[in-house]
Amino acid sequence: MSADHELRVSKIRNGTVIDHVHGGQALNVLTILGIDGSEGEEVSVGINVPSDRLARKDIVKVEGRELSQDEVDVLSLIAPDATINIVREYDVVEKHRVERPAVVDGVLSCPNPNCITTDSEPVTSTFDVLDDGVRCAYCETIVREDIADLIDG
Amino acid sequence: MCHEHLITSKQLSRADIEQVLDRAAEIAADPDAVAGRHVGTLLGLLFFEPSTRTKMSFETAMKRLGGDVVDMGSIESSSVTKGESLADTVRVIEGYADALVLRHPKQGSATMASEFVDVPLVNAGDGAGHHPTQTLLDLYTIRESAGLDDLTIGIMGDLKYGRTVHSLAYALTNFDAQQHFISPESLRLPREVVYDLHQEGASVREHDGLEAVLPSLDVLYVTRIQRERFPDENEYQQVAGEYQIDAADLEAANDDLTVMHPLPRVDEIAPDVDETSHAAYFEQAHNGVPVRMALLDLLIGGSQ
Repeated sequence: MSADHELRVSKIRNGTVIDHVHGGQALNVLTILGIDGSEGEEVSVGINVPSDRLARKDIVKVEGRELSQDEVDVLSLIAPDATINIVREYDVVEKHRVERPAVVDGVLSCPNPNCITTDSEPVTSTFDVLDDGVRCAYCETIVREDIADLIDG
Repeated sequence: MCHEHLITSKQLSRADIEQVLDRAAEIAADPDAVAGRHVGTLLGLLFFEPSTRTKMSFETAMKRLGGDVVDMGSIESSSVTKGESLADTVRVIEGYADALVLRHPKQGSATMASEFVDVPLVNAGDGAGHHPTQTLLDLYTIRESAGLDDLTIGIMGDLKYGRTVHSLAYALTNFDAQQHFISPESLRLPREVVYDLHQEGASVREHDGLEAVLPSLDVLYVTRIQRERFPDENEYQQVAGEYQIDAADLEAANDDLTVMHPLPRVDEIAPDVDETSHAAYFEQAHNGVPVRMALLDLLIGGSQ
């Protein structure tokens, strides 16, 4: 990333930079992380910024928060090419690519209106992660497109 | 059977299936031998949808084993009308019964319910999902009439919403079966089922009509084309007649063809087929009792 592009969103002192998010997915990333600004989080978001690797990408910088592996795993569903940079005192101390988990719990809602998880039952949604989508562990519906639309808001 | 619950036919290995079918054959040959085997055992019947054959055959099976049933009755007379969750209902009835049988209109209901109980739970139909005990009696009937290996089977009708079809297709992947699926475009197998069948290496051949494949079939499994599933009545009328068979149609079939149907039928099999040697659907329904006796015996019988 060139210095010119870096200036579009400010540097953070301590926290996480989620880079190489596919264009248009940044707000879904925030939804997955449960960040809506209501708790005073300091967040910088770049949407559709130029990228050598993706042509256009989104970038999310979260001040004062280091993502857990679980959070990173779930991010992989909508941002499979993302890189996670952990920043301390303005330096990147860790950098790694996301990896797709085998299962995601409590993050996505099943789109099948006839699935038991859409009723008022004390059950946590569970999706198995396939190579090209996700699958409800209860009704077995496979979703390959628009997975971000299933994210519990 | 090493399973605690029976939720889907996908969990059944060939050995599991053969164990149930062999036990069912023993029971059918000598039902008196197991008449008092489960005295004192109570089976809880939780049917959130109408059912005749499945419910009555489970009830008969348990009673023929010497046990009894407790039945939550109609939905209208149960606590469901007060808004009780399924999870709570099964946790309560678990305290009354030694095993549970659940039918529910929602897909995944049996999977979820099984997470809340320690007694064996049998899925007797979860929406358009699975119906594994129907599959076991289907396989029993097929084994009796045509054998389970080197089998060519046509499955015709509502393949999209037909849970008996899904369960049967999965179970047949344990055997050397060629499966032909015949339906209108709008009622093709769900892509989830096709995905699973491909994963298992099964051949999935889909057809619009029966004519081309009928002569090659050992078994023709017919299900009702559900008029209510079509968004447009005209669309239904265009295809409905294509998926009805009568005795004259079956003249093109192999002499040994077995015609099956999970019932109830409406007009997809004409009454004149009943008089032919092909008809096996009433025998199929009758087989539900020994097969469910065998299953219950294996699921709850370990300590008896």
